[in-house]
Amino acid sequence: MPSVEILSRIQFAFTIAFHYIYPPLSIGLGLCLVIMEGLYLKTGLAVYKDITRFWIKIFALIFGIGVATGIVMEFEFGTNWATYSHYVGDIFGSALAAEGIFAFAMESAFLGVLLFGWNRVHKGVHYFSTCMVALGSIFSALWIVIANSWQQTPAGFRIEGHDLGARAVVTDFWAMVLNPSSVDRFSHVIIGAFLAGSFLVMSVGAWYILKQRAVTHAQAMFKVGLSVAVIAALLQLFTGHRSAHYVSKYQPAKLAAMEGHYDSSAVAPMYIVGWVDNKNEQTTGIKIPGGLSFLTHGSFSAPVEGLRATPKEDRPGAVNFVFQMYHMMITIGITLIGLTLLAVFLLWKKKLFQQRWLMVIFAWAVLLPQIANQVGWYAAEVGRQPWVVYKLLRTSDALSRKVTADQVMFSLILFTLVYVLLFTLFIYLLTRKIQHGPDISENAEIEYDGYYHDNITYHPTKL
Amino acid sequence: METILGLDLPTWWFLVIGGLITGYGVLDGFDLGAGALHLFFKKEESRRLVLNAIGPVWDGNEVWLVIAGGALFAGFPLVYGVLLSTFYIPFMLFLVALIFRAISIEFRSKEPWLWWRKMWDISYTVSSTGITLLLGLVLGNLIHGLPMNKDHEFTGNLLTFFNPYAILIAFTTLSLFMLHGSIYLVMKTENRLYTRLTLIVNNCSKFFILCFILTSMATLIYVPHMTHQFKSHPSLFLLPMLAVLIVLNIKRNVDARKYYTAFAYSCIITACLLILFAVGLYPNIVISTTDPAYSISIYAAASSVKSLKIMLLIAAIGTPMVVGYTTFLFWTFRGKVKLNEMSY
Repeated sequence: MPSVEILSRIQFAFTIAFHYIYPPLSIGLGLCLVIMEGLYLKTGLAVYKDITRFWIKIFALIFGIGVATGIVMEFEFGTNWATYSHYVGDIFGSALAAEGIFAFAMESAFLGVLLFGWNRVHKGVHYFSTCMVALGSIFSALWIVIANSWQQTPAGFRIEGHDLGARAVVTDFWAMVLNPSSVDRFSHVIIGAFLAGSFLVMSVGAWYILKQRAVTHAQAMFKVGLSVAVIAALLQLFTGHRSAHYVSKYQPAKLAAMEGHYDSSAVAPMYIVGWVDNKNEQTTGIKIPGGLSFLTHGSFSAPVEGLRATPKEDRPGAVNFVFQMYHMMITIGITLIGLTLLAVFLLWKKKLFQQRWLMVIFAWAVLLPQIANQVGWYAAEVGRQPWVVYKLLRTSDALSRKVTADQVMFSLILFTLVYVLLFTLFIYLLTRKIQHGPDISENAEIEYDGYYHDNITYHPTKL
Repeated sequence: METILGLDLPTWWFLVIGGLITGYGVLDGFDLGAGALHLFFKKEESRRLVLNAIGPVWDGNEVWLVIAGGALFAGFPLVYGVLLSTFYIPFMLFLVALIFRAISIEFRSKEPWLWWRKMWDISYTVSSTGITLLLGLVLGNLIHGLPMNKDHEFTGNLLTFFNPYAILIAFTTLSLFMLHGSIYLVMKTENRLYTRLTLIVNNCSKFFILCFILTSMATLIYVPHMTHQFKSHPSLFLLPMLAVLIVLNIKRNVDARKYYTAFAYSCIITACLLILFAVGLYPNIVISTTDPAYSISIYAAASSVKSLKIMLLIAAIGTPMVVGYTTFLFWTFRGKVKLNEMSY
């Protein structure tokens, strides 16, 4: 049987990767809902009301699974990584507690009003709830990314005790919160989430346009999605550059792995595509000579620290994996910019919705930001190995001492089965909801009147 | 050691976590109880009504678990790691049950087919019951104490958790939540479902009183360390006496059909039992049955003074906000539950 370390790492990677399908969608959809409902309140047009209510239902589905799989993450720190929990509790714990009390509580309470409060509370109160849910999901991401960033670039702490009793203790709360990578990584993550949500909205809109169904509604939602996506795609170029810059400064071994750069100090190229042979420490591919030097130091001839500058036991092992994931993320990022700019141009020319081929691309493009978000995290997390807390605590030292391989194997199999089932049901129900489409108001004049109707006829399929 | 209002910081944080767990018990307790009772309702409309009675609030209630977990992680990281890794298998089952419960509520009404709804109804009841029993089992083991060596390592195995005392506590927790849930449902329903629920409330209160008596006796006889604290501070004996009075009061109010008062009392009894447990444990969190010297006290487990201070500040700012949102939510959805097109 594989070791406890390998099994625990697989389990954590699997459960977090699965969980991470949902929060970016909630965050991005939250922002789109704020825009849609805002447009409805501003214009009073039934089309915005219909698409708001349609997306609220999809939001509920996504949010529900996000919560259920997120609780697993919180408790897994304790179950599988007890030594780590003890080591970072003083710091990581406070960020997690702050997330719960400041973000999650707000999100969940207002979610109740968002989902069930339509026509029960005044429309202003409902809109306020929508905004609070969106804001809450962003705060959630903020605290979680802060906690993760501290592990990448620890700051504002000192080490107490030694060996198994060692732990990091906070000395400066704000230095810990605003550690060198917090801001860059948070902005990169949150914009990735906006892209995930807005591309889902555009994908569904494009699909209705292709099927010639609810075309007015489809175009309205597509435009909302596009307005978020084009800004986010362009901003992501900037935050991506900032993130690469912090990595070059604080985690040079990770950057070197991302570009497959081995020479301890030499001018480094930037690869468009490539392959890393980690055994012979060689990288081949199509490259921009001096590209990485320019990116990090602003000069094509400046030397960049490579992997050999770090002792072998302190640098990531899966260099090619990190390289490929990082490059896939960048390729997708550039593609998203191209796609959204093209769509905006065609929209301006009033030709967008006639381009069937582009609508087909957009219907499938929902997968692109999802993949980019996933692989970006793979590059970031595998690239900082063998450390769980950078240069302080090794992943292999962070385990629970009393947990056995049998136990982890049991839970890993359990989670695999449950998540396969969960994902199948999610895709099935999402497809059903999309196929059902938005309920279109027959009378465009009927407005949200802010009163609760006891006699609302509910959908006949819900007996 | 630094103190605030005469209490040291680890004690304060012990109170915060106690408060959060109590909040979780009081709030999620009724929706877990409602879930455990779900299959007792036979008609489709009744099932939808009882599901929607907790519809807008259950997610907010579960947040208290997330916050309590985060607070334990932050304040007593040693205990967080030791407890969760010791109860590895029970916690994994607990997490899976939480997932199934969430998706049962979410998915049930998405399709009209009979088998689909039946399947999620069963999954909902099984997961709600399972969550409650597992919580009770962990609680029972914490009251009873665990075989721990001097390195805070658990020396038992999975079967150690299934001792008669812990199993009794598991069922007492279930009976408490079922009573709590049934009283909540009675407040939220009307007509025939209401009448049916009043019978269920009566049965639940009998089940709970039986469990309560058994637990009280078992604790006095088999778990002497829980009563040490009471012997040194005799005024604390008021607490168990208060608990007995409240239990009798619930029965009286249920019989008099004063369900709002009964619900207030079932909230208080949940809180009261958890406070009894906290008083019994203090200043330890994990009691070692191998040697009392190996127990983990809040002082050995606590985070640094600076961290505790920061978090107390966070809690002081955050708690009124959470209470505010929760009140707003319950106020918005006050009164009897009605089905509409946004319902589950």
